[in-house]
Amino acid sequence: MIAKRIGIESSLAVAEAVRLANVDVIAAYPITPQTHIVEGLAEMVANGHLDAEYIPVESEHSAMSSCLGASAVGARAFTATASQGLILMHEVLLVAASLRLPVVMAVTNRALSGPLNIWGDHSDVMIARDVGWIQIFAENGQQAFDQTLCAFRIAEHQDVLLPTIINIDGFHVSHVIEPMYFLDQKTVDEFLPPYRHPYALDPDKPVTMGGFAMPNLYTEGRKSLDTALRQSKKVILDTWKQYGDITGRYYKPIEKYQAENVDTLLVTVGSYSENAMDAIDKMQAEGKKVGLVSVRLWRPFPYKELIEAISGAANIIVLDRAISLGGPAPVCSEIRAALYSLKDRPQVVSIVGGLGGRDISPADFEKLIATGLDKIKSGDTAETIMFGVRE
Amino acid sequence: METLSIYAPKLITNREYIASGHRACSGCGEVLAMRYVCKALGRNTIISNATGCMEIISTPLPQTAWEVPWIHTLFENASAVASGIECGLKALKRKHGYTKEVKVVAMGGDGATADIGLQSLSGAMERGHDFIYVCYDNEAYMNTGIQRSSETPFGASTTTAPAGKASMGQHTWKKNMAAIAAAHEIQYVATSCSSYPFDIMTKVEKAIKIKGPSYIHILSVCPTGWRCPSNSTIKMGRLAVETGIFPMYEIENGKYTLNIDLPKLRPVEDYLKLQGRFRHLDKDNTAEIQEKVLEEYNKVKRLAAGNKAK
Repeated sequence: MIAKRIGIESSLAVAEAVRLANVDVIAAYPITPQTHIVEGLAEMVANGHLDAEYIPVESEHSAMSSCLGASAVGARAFTATASQGLILMHEVLLVAASLRLPVVMAVTNRALSGPLNIWGDHSDVMIARDVGWIQIFAENGQQAFDQTLCAFRIAEHQDVLLPTIINIDGFHVSHVIEPMYFLDQKTVDEFLPPYRHPYALDPDKPVTMGGFAMPNLYTEGRKSLDTALRQSKKVILDTWKQYGDITGRYYKPIEKYQAENVDTLLVTVGSYSENAMDAIDKMQAEGKKVGLVSVRLWRPFPYKELIEAISGAANIIVLDRAISLGGPAPVCSEIRAALYSLKDRPQVVSIVGGLGGRDISPADFEKLIATGLDKIKSGDTAETIMFGVRE
Repeated sequence: METLSIYAPKLITNREYIASGHRACSGCGEVLAMRYVCKALGRNTIISNATGCMEIISTPLPQTAWEVPWIHTLFENASAVASGIECGLKALKRKHGYTKEVKVVAMGGDGATADIGLQSLSGAMERGHDFIYVCYDNEAYMNTGIQRSSETPFGASTTTAPAGKASMGQHTWKKNMAAIAAAHEIQYVATSCSSYPFDIMTKVEKAIKIKGPSYIHILSVCPTGWRCPSNSTIKMGRLAVETGIFPMYEIENGKYTLNIDLPKLRPVEDYLKLQGRFRHLDKDNTAEIQEKVLEEYNKVKRLAAGNKAK
C-alpha cells in the first residue's frame, strides 16, 4: 500500500501529490520560490505522466482566474504561487471563496517587497488571512505532500466547497530534499473521490454565478461563507483522521511538542517549529519547563484546540514570521484574542523574527524564549518585540 | 408591382437567452447587441462576463436574466476565466467522458477589454484558447458614471475628461482594439454595431466556426452616456457607420473585408451634433475629427482593397 521511502525535493513532492490527485487543470506562472512545483508538473504533463491541461498564464491574477473557470465547470484545478504573486491574486482569492470554488493552491511562503526579498517568511499569507480560504501550514516536505493530497479532499467535500491554501515555507521547506513516503495511485484513488460541483456551469442546467448583492442580501452572503468556512473544520478533522488511518501520520489543528506540564509554551507556525524542537529538547534536559505548540490550521481558526493546548501554561511566547506594520503581529493577536475570554489568562508576549529568510537556529530559539520570559517578568507585554535585529 | 404576403429577409430564432426584465437603461444599445450575440450563440454556450453594465443589469441577486450558464468574477479577468473554462471542458472531455459541444464566450465593455482587461485578453488570445471574445464598446465607463476609457472618442466630454474652458474633453484618439486583436494573428476579428442585428449575428456565427480565439468589437450606442435621446439608439449607430467614424469590417486570417462600403460618407457633423458629449466642439475640432476619420476609414479601405487585388 505505501511506497518505499525516497529522497526528493519538497516542491517536487507537492507536484507528485498533485499528479496523484489526477488534477485536470494547472495554471502556472513563475515566481520564486514556488517555480519548482509548476516546473515539476509541466514535466509530468510533457512526459505523459499526468493527463492535465497546463495553462501557462500571463500573470498570477490570470492563474487564479483560470482556476476559477476550470473549477466552475467541474474540473479539478491547481496552482501555486508565493509573495507578490499571492498579492496580485488577492482580488481573485476573494471571489474563489465567495463562489465556493474548491481550487487548491500551494503557497511557498516568501517575504513581501520592499525591499525585494525572495526568501521565506509568512508576510504573504498573513495578508491573505481574511479572504475566505481554508489555510493549512506544512512544516516539512512530508507534510507538504500529505497536506496537498488532503487539501483536495477537504476543499471538494460537498459540505465544504471552499478553496484551500497549503502553506510551505519558501526555501526552508520548498527547496529542501528530504526523505519521505509517497502513496500509490490506488490508495489515493480510494482516499480522494472524483470532484463534482453541484452547480457547475452546464448548458443543460444553466446557472448564474457571481451576481451582485444589494445591502439587503450582502450580509447574508458573507454570513453563509463565514459559516461554511467555520464548519469546514469537521471535514478537515475527518480527513486528517482518515489520512492518518491510511498512513500512520495524524495531523491536528494545533500540534503539540513536549507541551504537557510546562510553565512556558512557545508558539510557532511553519518549518521553524523543527528548529524550536531542538531548543525545547535541550532546555527540558536542563530542567526548564518549556514546551512547543505550532499552529497547523490557520483558517478556520481552531479556537477550541488552541485554548486546550495553551491555556494551562503561565507564559506564552508567540513567534510571528510576519510583521503587521504599525500594529500587533498577526498570529499573536489571534492568540491573545482567543485567550481573552478565559478567567485565568496566561501572559502572552509577541515576538517577530525570521523575516525574509533570516535563520532562527536552535540556539537562537533558546535566546528568543529567554527574551520573551524577560519581557513577561518586566510586566510590559503590550508591544511586539523584533528578534535578532542588527542594530 | 408584385404583392408578397411575407417579407422576411432572414429568419431569426425567437428564443431569447437574455430575458426581458433586466435593468438596462431605456434605449440601451449594448443589451440589444448582447441579445443578438446570444441568439447567434445558442444554448450550448458558457459565458464569462466582466464586471460592467451588462453584468450589473442582468444579475441583481436573487434574480438573473440569463438563460445560459454564466459566470462573473471580476473586471479584468473575463478572458482568463474563459481560458480556465475552455481547458476545464477539454480535460473533462478527454478524461471524464464529457460529451457536450460547448462554445466558450468572454464578454466585457470597452474598459474591461481595452483598459483593465487587456493583459488577460492578450494572454488568452496568444495562448490560442478556443473562445470568442465580444467587446461591447459604449466608449466610456458608463456603469460608474461616464468616465473616459481608451475607447472614448477624441473630443467627447466625460466625467473624468470633461470639456471646459481649458479642455475640449478627450484629447486622445480611440484605441484600435481590432488591430490589437489582429496582431495576435488570430483567425477571426470583426467590428460590428448594435444597430446592425444581422451583421452581428453573421459575425458571431462565423466566430463559432473558428477553432481558436476570435474577437468581435461591437460599437454599442449608450444614450445615457452619449447624451442623446433613448429613441435615437438605432439612428446613432447607423450614423457612426455612415459617417465612417466606425467602419464595420472583418479581418479573416489577416485579410480585411469592409462589410459596408458606402459610395459617399456622410459628414461627421451629422453624428456629432446629435450627441451632448460632443456639444462643446467647435468648427476646428469637427474639422480635425473629419480629417482623422477619413484617414482611418481610407486605411481600412486600402487594406480591404489590397486584399481584393490579391
